Amino acid sequence: MEGRKLKAMFGPESKPATEAEEGRNTMSQAGPVVETSSVPQGDAAPARRAKTLEAKEVNLYYGDFHAVENVSLTIEPNKVTALIGSSGCGKTTFLRSLNRMHELTPGASVKGSIQLDGEDVYGAGVDPVAVRRLIGMVFQQPNPFPTMSIYDNVAAGLNFNAGRIKKSEKDEIVEKSLRGAHLWDEVKDRLGRPGSSLSGGQQQRLCIARATAVSPEVLLMDEPCSALDPVATLAIEDLIGELKKEYTIAIVTHNMQQAARASDNTAFFNLDESGKPGHLVEIGPTEEIFTKPKRKETEDYVSGRFG
Amino acid sequence: MTPPPADAAALSSRSTRALLSGEGSRGGTLPGWAPWAAFVGALIFCGLVEAALGWFTIALMLVFGALVAVVAIYAWSRPVEGARRAKDRAITMGIAAAFGVSMAPLISLLYEVIKRGVKGISWEFFTSDARGVVGGGGAEHAIVGTLVITACAVVISVPIGLMAAIYMNEYGRGPLRRALTFFVDVMTGIPSIVAGLFAYALFEVFFGPGIQMGIMGSVALSVLMIPIVIRSAEEILKIVPNHLREASYALGTPKWKTIVKVVLPTAFAGLVTGVMLATARIIGETAPLLVTTGVVDSLNADPFAGRMQNLAVYAYNQYRSPGVMKQAAYDRAWAAALTLIVIVMILNVIARLVYRRYKTEIR
Amino acid sequence: MAHLDTTTNAGQLLAAASRGRRRRGDRIFGNAAVIAAVTILALLAGVAVFLVTEGFPALTASASELPGGDSFISYVAPLAFGSAMAGVLAMIVAVPLAVAVALFITHSAPPRVASFLGYLVDLLAAIPSIIYGLWGIFVLGPAAVPVMKWLEEKLGFLPIFEGPASITGRTMLVVGLVLAVMILPIVSAVAREVFAQTPRKLQEGAQALGATRWEMIRTTVLPFGRSSVISGAMLGLGRALGETMAVAIILSVSGGVTCILISQANPSTIAANIALNFPESSGLAINLLIATGLVLFAITLATNFLARLIIARAEVK
Repeated sequence: MEGRKLKAMFGPESKPATEAEEGRNTMSQAGPVVETSSVPQGDAAPARRAKTLEAKEVNLYYGDFHAVENVSLTIEPNKVTALIGSSGCGKTTFLRSLNRMHELTPGASVKGSIQLDGEDVYGAGVDPVAVRRLIGMVFQQPNPFPTMSIYDNVAAGLNFNAGRIKKSEKDEIVEKSLRGAHLWDEVKDRLGRPGSSLSGGQQQRLCIARATAVSPEVLLMDEPCSALDPVATLAIEDLIGELKKEYTIAIVTHNMQQAARASDNTAFFNLDESGKPGHLVEIGPTEEIFTKPKRKETEDYVSGRFG
Repeated sequence: MTPPPADAAALSSRSTRALLSGEGSRGGTLPGWAPWAAFVGALIFCGLVEAALGWFTIALMLVFGALVAVVAIYAWSRPVEGARRAKDRAITMGIAAAFGVSMAPLISLLYEVIKRGVKGISWEFFTSDARGVVGGGGAEHAIVGTLVITACAVVISVPIGLMAAIYMNEYGRGPLRRALTFFVDVMTGIPSIVAGLFAYALFEVFFGPGIQMGIMGSVALSVLMIPIVIRSAEEILKIVPNHLREASYALGTPKWKTIVKVVLPTAFAGLVTGVMLATARIIGETAPLLVTTGVVDSLNADPFAGRMQNLAVYAYNQYRSPGVMKQAAYDRAWAAALTLIVIVMILNVIARLVYRRYKTEIR
Repeated sequence: MAHLDTTTNAGQLLAAASRGRRRRGDRIFGNAAVIAAVTILALLAGVAVFLVTEGFPALTASASELPGGDSFISYVAPLAFGSAMAGVLAMIVAVPLAVAVALFITHSAPPRVASFLGYLVDLLAAIPSIIYGLWGIFVLGPAAVPVMKWLEEKLGFLPIFEGPASITGRTMLVVGLVLAVMILPIVSAVAREVFAQTPRKLQEGAQALGATRWEMIRTTVLPFGRSSVISGAMLGLGRALGETMAVAIILSVSGGVTCILISQANPSTIAANIALNFPESSGLAINLLIATGLVLFAITLATNFLARLIIARAEVK
């Protein structure tokens, strides 16, 4: 009975029933990952076969403080995985461990394994800088570099290898990234203007273009729409639906409706009480999490009983 | 399926493992002790080169060693870790080296002042002046002079500076306050010799040319000290939270009493620290005193009675006119310098201790 | 004060008395504060006024009346040149070093020791300038002699390194180095402050793109801090221009205008010139020196003003 109410809540944008049949990825606390072949219906076929990002028993610490406990999940290729949960339950901390940003906080440490396409990103000989190039991130607050033009912002990641790319190639990549971010038409005549001259929603799309310009495998998004108005939010969500054709996407959101609208899989994080580490409660296809969750905690959260 | 973009094709043809270890590298990493090894190796290399050239000094070895270390770590890292990482390492080494290079003069200065100053320190140095003595004598007059002149400067500067800071923070509004902030900033940039000339000119207009008095030096030092006091007092007063003032007003206390009985006591430690640090800054000033207080060999503790010696000018004069026994004069110059530095350091240390001990914890 | 019953006589008297006290106390204190504030402005104006008053005779005197027989302009110009040369040299050495040190303290050193390291750098500013002067002439100068000789030998074709190199070390090069050490803490403190304030979201944006630490600094920290660093450099320049004792002690002066850095023959600086000549001067000579002081005041004022302007414009943007 709750399920039907939820379905009504989500309205016409909810995903068609057929998608629920694809790629069931049910995960109990320590169970194996079951993946069936995924030929998604509804949206177009993927333009590029992206890579899988897998977390195995990941524990995260800030100094002695145990922030996130024993998370094991899979971010599936060419799909959007939403990480939801109330604030403080560790979903952003977990997200930041996926691209080795967590360790940039002084005293922070990581235990466990995170594998991109089967290779541990925390392995010996792995350059964290290379990891971040392969696993990109878009932040809550749009952060275009204020002293750079729109063009230079998009090309920023390419310019780190200064001198190795021809101007014509760079032009191509910038245009392609801006098109991919649904921003090209709006800025193509003013590529030389500073990045900060755009509106909030445009700035966020600029950041997405910047992130995709370096051809990552995975895109991580940390509440990318929470600083934006509803129109801009919808634009970004549409964009995410497009982006998953080329990338593997994980998005942290505390907006459940957004998770329901925009994601294929959902992972629910929770906290037993403040001071305790956050942990993964349940992960599965979005439709299932919101209509037939396996755990009572999950059901309580998605039906708004707490959080 | 639409054809994947060219870049992605290039990427997917290389294994993920290769990608994760970074471009240009063969998957290697330098050992953790690599930067240290590069630095020590560079130092040794430069030391040997300098010895061969006959130039050897520790300072030069450090400076050149730093440069060589930067090149060395780049050369070592590049083939193993790739160009970007090598550049990163080189620059990290470079900025650490920059810090080391900037510490070298500090260490050298303190070392030399102590080494050379100790030679001139003696009981005589502290207890007798130079009156009537040729090629000898002590610096008692200079020490006393420094204390007197500085004390007078503090007496002049602190009330004016404190009241001005109070005005700016508690009363000021609009144009006068904005002008004041701007001009205080401008005042901090007055060269010390100009302050001295101003004091000289001021007294010359009122008392005639050629006059030199201890108090003139104090006036000159005040011109330098007041903006420092204002700046630091303003910072401290700003930190006193408004709700303390409001609580006092709510009790019906008039504004001036609030300031005197609530704001100032709360800020007391910070204000004392600020004044002590400002004092430490001006106590070593030579130039303004050169033109205002003159040179004299005998003890004079009256700021209004003619010329007064002080440590900084004394040191300068011992260097400038050493007389027949040069080395002894130079020793005395260094000894005066050492005394000055010790006083400055003591003031600094006490200032910070006072702050830590007496500051009111503001929540 | 609690609500006062002003219906009774006693109440009325009390109220009147306390009102008067309050008004008077506030008035006295408030006026004192305003007076202090006005004194500051008067002081600054006074510096300008008195310098002009006492310097005026020299400014209006004809060339023949002035010591040395030159007009005021030709007296002051070499000195101004010397001041500028020493100041610029100090800036060239100090600013890159200060930026590097600031980057080291804010972005490389372990956070716990960072403020201690900053304190160490600031110690350089606490040392009296006379000590820098003695150090320069007794320690740095002699140590620099072999280096200057080498510069003459290998790079002597450059006009700044034309021989013969000084054998005492009392050269513009050494003066420039000593001044650089003196202004390093000033520039470094400004740079440290602004680098530490670089917004985290910008830095993380660069890091998330796969930037090395240096690339991140180059893309976010340095552009963010650029105006502040320029402003700090100008403040340092102002300080170097006004520095007296170190130059007076170290520099071997011959009066001519040259840009050779390693020779015995150097122009003096305005400040050092005053310090060296004042004690023995009288009459018009003193007015002359005061007039040069006025010129120095104007130059440093302009430099500091420029520094504040740069910061103000950057903040508006």
